[in-house]
Amino acid sequence: MSDSHEELDLTLHVWRQPDRAAPGKMVAYKVTGVSTHASFLEMLDILNEQLVARGEEPVAFDHDCREGICGMCSLMINGRPHGGMRATTTCQLHMRFFKNGDEIWIEPWRAHAFPVIKDLCVDRTAFDKVISIGGFVSANCGSAPDANDLLVPKEAADRAMDAAACIGCGACVAACPNGSAMLFVAAKLSHLHHLPQGQPERLARTGAMVSAMDEAGFGACSNHYECEAACPKDISRDVIAELNRDYARSAFVHRERANKADGSG
Amino acid sequence: MSWFARYVRSTVGAKHVMAVTGLLLFLFAIVHMVGHLQMFGGPDMYNAYANFLQNLWEVKWPTRAGLLALLLIHVAVAIGLVARNRGARPVAYAMYKPVVSRSAGRAMAWTGMALFAFLAFHIIHFTAGQVQPKYFHTLDAQGRIDAYSMFVRGFQNVGIYATYLAGMVLLALHLGHGAASWLQSLGLRHPKYPADRLGLPIAAFLFVGYMLPPTAVLVGLIRLPGA
Repeated sequence: MSDSHEELDLTLHVWRQPDRAAPGKMVAYKVTGVSTHASFLEMLDILNEQLVARGEEPVAFDHDCREGICGMCSLMINGRPHGGMRATTTCQLHMRFFKNGDEIWIEPWRAHAFPVIKDLCVDRTAFDKVISIGGFVSANCGSAPDANDLLVPKEAADRAMDAAACIGCGACVAACPNGSAMLFVAAKLSHLHHLPQGQPERLARTGAMVSAMDEAGFGACSNHYECEAACPKDISRDVIAELNRDYARSAFVHRERANKADGSG
Repeated sequence: MSWFARYVRSTVGAKHVMAVTGLLLFLFAIVHMVGHLQMFGGPDMYNAYANFLQNLWEVKWPTRAGLLALLLIHVAVAIGLVARNRGARPVAYAMYKPVVSRSAGRAMAWTGMALFAFLAFHIIHFTAGQVQPKYFHTLDAQGRIDAYSMFVRGFQNVGIYATYLAGMVLLALHLGHGAASWLQSLGLRHPKYPADRLGLPIAAFLFVGYMLPPTAVLVGLIRLPGA
């Protein structure tokens, strides 16, 4: 990081939408005196201070931990989720990567399943619904077991951990030409399915979470891998192959419970 | 709904159907290409092969029916997927920059529709014989259907050659993505086997294999018997 501190004057094109129902539009703003040490979200804070000082409505955007681990920040920046730097969330994107006088396009995630709440905030409840249908282990685990009581090979633990790095930000959906949530759903499955605790419900979980994903209105995977390139946690397309394989087994091999809600099967 | 209906209506099941039907059509495309490379073996070899296939009606008609069914399933499921994917992003980005995906991959629906039209033309041309009817159903010296002469006369026409060239460009673009995709869609892709990178070589292999005999006709390397 350079010690030299500069200040940037920028032109922002920001999506403004008052609420879910109202139509939105891109609005241009000048923001001045942005430190190159500021994060992208701090730059938006500076914009909002300048807007409030002028008596205008500040721009609504999602943020929480601002240290790259919570999955709350989003933003399509210049056509790429989180700004397009490898393995970097918007909160960890710094203004030193921009130049004085730059024009920056800032849009919310665009997906049928992620409706805009206001300005740059989208409703990611669809992800919660997918998690709530199967993103857990329903066996009673008791208290924490002794170390090495349950043996997990190193490679399996690593792969589970790599998948568990998913912070559920939705960049994969935002990046996908089809608005598909496959990388998210597959990561949630993979982090359980490389561990012994995930095995008993493996096929039922895969079937249920894919159904929840489809019901939410996400698109299908066309193997473009834009998700993998956009993922701030570097989750691999390998997890999608695992999902595809398990889903076939779930459909063709898994014996479902007889008295399901729709009475068929 | 039966478990199977639920499966094929799911996004993942639909992709499995696309992969399996696409793979079977791709295997046919290889067999078809190898068959036509026999143009380099001369009129006798090619006509013997063509007449062998034509007279094998117990195999010919079930194969045709199977190919048509595969094609129609592939197209119908694709239409459903495209509609779903369009609906998944009702509002487009003002600025959207794909990073790793290829435009041929994103244009599968367009190349697919154009290929469908090309296939219709191809069947009307060489199966039904309606495009150049005067070259169709001529007989060779041994009284067999002279497919060899039909092929040569057909591709001596630059317009026909250009149409097939365009068709094979479409096929290469479409299969470039399809061949790289099917292992992933079926969940059989493994990091040890770089199937993703095989799309381009496979597409190039089919393109070259298919265009060799017509190009040889156009430049005069393959001529009519006695010419």
